[in-house]
Amino acid sequence: MSVLELHDVHKLFGDNHVLKGVDLEVASHEVVVVIGASGSGKSTLMRTINLIEQVDDGRILLSGDDITDPRADVDKVRSRIGVVFQHFNLFPHMRVIDNVTLAARRVHKIPAADARARGVELLTRFGLGDKVDDYPDRLSGGQQQRVAIVRAILTDPELLLLDEITSALDPQLVGEVLDLVRSLKEAGSTILMATHEMSFARGVADRIVFMHQGRILEQGTPEEILDRPREEATREFLSRVMHR
Amino acid sequence: MTTGGAPQITWQPSALEVDRRAHRRRTSGRSVLIALVSTVIFAVVAGTLVLSSPGWDSVRETFFNLEVAADSLPRILEGLWLNIRVLFFAAIGVAVLGTLLAVMRSLRGPVFFPLRTLAAGYTDLFRGLPVLIVLYLVGFGIPALDPTQRYPAAVLGTIGITLCYAAYVAEVLRAGMDAVHPSQRIAARSLGLSHGETLRLVVIPQGLRKVVPALMNDFVSMQKDVGLISVLGAVDAIRAAQITQATTYNFTPYVVAGLLFVAMSFPMIRLTDHISARMARREQAGGTV
Repeated sequence: MSVLELHDVHKLFGDNHVLKGVDLEVASHEVVVVIGASGSGKSTLMRTINLIEQVDDGRILLSGDDITDPRADVDKVRSRIGVVFQHFNLFPHMRVIDNVTLAARRVHKIPAADARARGVELLTRFGLGDKVDDYPDRLSGGQQQRVAIVRAILTDPELLLLDEITSALDPQLVGEVLDLVRSLKEAGSTILMATHEMSFARGVADRIVFMHQGRILEQGTPEEILDRPREEATREFLSRVMHR
Repeated sequence: MTTGGAPQITWQPSALEVDRRAHRRRTSGRSVLIALVSTVIFAVVAGTLVLSSPGWDSVRETFFNLEVAADSLPRILEGLWLNIRVLFFAAIGVAVLGTLLAVMRSLRGPVFFPLRTLAAGYTDLFRGLPVLIVLYLVGFGIPALDPTQRYPAAVLGTIGITLCYAAYVAEVLRAGMDAVHPSQRIAARSLGLSHGETLRLVVIPQGLRKVVPALMNDFVSMQKDVGLISVLGAVDAIRAAQITQATTYNFTPYVVAGLLFVAMSFPMIRLTDHISARMARREQAGGTV
């Protein structure tokens, strides 16, 4: 069964039809990368999946459960999805370890000692072992973003949403974050990711989805989309981002 | 994403979406109904408790006497007009003095040490002093300096209120200025703006925006505290109520004055809520649940 299924998802902001019927499936252990120009609907798509935006039509299924049903428990759905944001959104008043274990302790009711052990283990694995008791403002952007990823994966979510997670980072810090994502892929995480890093998309994606004006214009393997795009709009977009 | 003027929407909500909307309408309808029923039940219970209490008849006679209310209303309204005038001038005075104090406290450099200390001492003193005591000191102390002159009580009261509230407002403004991120100051200074220009053009406008709800809260609070000038003998709404009460031995005029003060503050309270909500929306635009 697919982890995520979108069926004819629409979203309007007033007269602005941002998503015009998006169909998408993400299989278990699959890494799907969404590319497209600013305003193509990438971020809105991610936000509808996390139920931050309510869809105006269509259905979204998470492991078969209709999460767009008005009877669905929004908090419960969100606790099954890990999200990493462009600007990290760490809680500045909490230590690193408290940031990453907050949901485990409060939402999943895991005993504090177990949550801490798991947090320390993950932080150590990703090279943040010496930052456990620091506050986020003592960390570099790349370190903060890695903490944010640990926060998202600590409770083993069914799906990981990564929304432009390297866009706010210095170029030399991008690598450490992408290495982490690569190791998550190897560990078998199911990931839906929006990004502007085409070389990374090529390296990590099982499938690339190109969004254009609120629709999925084409999708396929990285080679199909990046090397042999069929649509004119895709070619135009790629030529603009490749020649930066 | 701009799709031009004419929206090319051919999309109609699916049966599923129509269903979902109907469900949401039903749920919100049910919530409204529950709220309504619980409000009615509460009102009935509270009303019954008060009306069935043994002293209710005499309380109604003393505090809620319509006849006395109608008789006292003109005088109280006249007094309220004085309150409004006092409020107007006090608000201007507070804005000027409060800003001055806030800027004085934010001055950098050793040269300004005396000014900084003066401002700090002033805010400490006047935030600690009870308003009533300040009113007595100003209202009876200043005239005593020159017994040959007569100063209207309302003017002295305005000065007293202004002195107190300026201290509060100065602290609120200073908090707002401190809340503007240092990078804004750095950006302004690196454009070549002086310290004063940076404050006036960059820091204060942003800081002010952050503390608008707090400032309006102070204003609402001041709206009722102008009633305290009655202790100096100014015939404001409260004093007018007191005069009527003294002749009729009926407390209804106080209730009337109270209701008028509430009515006066109501628009401002609603406006504060509205502005706070709008600012919260703007702050959250594009980044939250």
